[in-house]
Amino acid sequence: MSDSHPAATAAAVAAACTDYYPRIVAALIRVTGDWTLAEDCAQDALTVALEKWPADGVPGNPGGWLMTVARNRAVDVLRRASVERRKLEELAAVTFVASSPDPGRGEVVDDRLRLIFTCCHPALTLEARVALTLRTICGVATADIAHALLVTESTMTRRLTRAKAKIAQAGIPYRVPQGTELDERLPGVLAVLYLLFTRGYDADGEPAFADEAIRLARLLERLMPGQSEVSGLLALFLFQHSRRDARRDPGGNLTTLDKQDRSRWDHDAIAEGLNILAGIQREGGPYTLQARIAACHAVAPSSDTTDWATIARSYDDLARIQPSPVIELNRAVAHGYAHGPAAGLALLQAARAGGALDEHPLAVAAEADLTAHAGESGRAATLFRQAAALAHSEPERRALLDRADELDI
Amino acid sequence: MKYMMFVCTDTEPDTDKTNPPDIEAWVADNDARGRRLDGDALAPTSAATTVRVRNGELLVSDGPFTETKEVIVGYDVLECADLDEAIEIARAHPMAREGRLELRPFGDLDG
Repeated sequence: MSDSHPAATAAAVAAACTDYYPRIVAALIRVTGDWTLAEDCAQDALTVALEKWPADGVPGNPGGWLMTVARNRAVDVLRRASVERRKLEELAAVTFVASSPDPGRGEVVDDRLRLIFTCCHPALTLEARVALTLRTICGVATADIAHALLVTESTMTRRLTRAKAKIAQAGIPYRVPQGTELDERLPGVLAVLYLLFTRGYDADGEPAFADEAIRLARLLERLMPGQSEVSGLLALFLFQHSRRDARRDPGGNLTTLDKQDRSRWDHDAIAEGLNILAGIQREGGPYTLQARIAACHAVAPSSDTTDWATIARSYDDLARIQPSPVIELNRAVAHGYAHGPAAGLALLQAARAGGALDEHPLAVAAEADLTAHAGESGRAATLFRQAAALAHSEPERRALLDRADELDI
Repeated sequence: MKYMMFVCTDTEPDTDKTNPPDIEAWVADNDARGRRLDGDALAPTSAATTVRVRNGELLVSDGPFTETKEVIVGYDVLECADLDEAIEIARAHPMAREGRLELRPFGDLDG
């Protein structure tokens, strides 16, 4: 393959960044145990590619090419540091194969999977896990991570340095846990992906993070077939992401599900999500249940024709396996739509009994919405204004005030 | 890797009292597997003495008596392949439920 068109070359380098970067980093970490060295050498290899490929054309085996450049850099650095010969020999033998035997276990594991589990180890803070995942697996520049997570670049650099030092000093292993340990650790990995996605999806978030989260979920699904919660999370992402273009009105205000123009939903993403859900045999955990709920919305032509009874049942299951005030709140709303406002308001009252949802704008908004459905417009408008006063963001506040105004007409 | 495991009390112990782990069995198991090099219980902090030297002067005092009820009551020295193995050992210790365990790798002052 020889393609010297600048745009094509730029695209090839961009693709190389996303596809090959984590594999090269992961392989170098496995052999050298040095995270910073691995990242620097992988980055150097991409820089060299950017210089050479426009003139020489993209090589036939871009991954192998990048691996060789990165590996030679690492060998140079380590030789200067005069590390033991065994490590240099091991490094010289590293080729572009993502899979390698798990140390001490003999099983063959994809290096990227090992990297994901190490970056998401529970002995690291959640902030560190998110930053490491973005930096080491997604290859996002430290400055960009800092910007998106609202800290200075030097703070983010320190956070990453501290996390890498903790991995080395505390003896956090570079491996994928097995058996019951895997069952305990996988939810923590998925939580990082979920946080990444919501940071991308939030009104004031960094949209690229949602794409990164989806890409990582796809990778995990490929590497861990049969883990239904991984598939469930990917399906959930796809359903939520399918609404990205319909979530705002022309004025930029957030639009609730019932008012969105459903023709603007990404129907390819919805089809993919449904296909993934259909492949999940078991009842599934929290992410699968949330995906089933999102699927009911995704296939409905309108809010009125949504299968609220199925959604209400899924929330019953969700509340059983993962009880939380917010899930009880959503459950109340679903029952209200499925079985009448009175049923919903009764469940809502129960959910708020412990005081857990006090000052929660969505709890007041839910009461307002169910009250409106019960035909009590005046009281509903007052409640929407109360919810608006509690809202966390300006778009959310405006959306709630709009609901109040509509009821006054 | 060598880890110091501080055995501490905690103001919020686990409320689940089913199948309480047995400390004797924990010690025997980990000693037999060569994963526990040493360990012991400590006398209460009322028996503790603090020593400092400031400007050449020796300062000896009773205590420390801190406000916190979360104190070190014992220790174990573990030899493990990595942190995950140390966590597996720690989770089986009775004080993981009754209190909490802090895992600290031995430091290399030169590194």
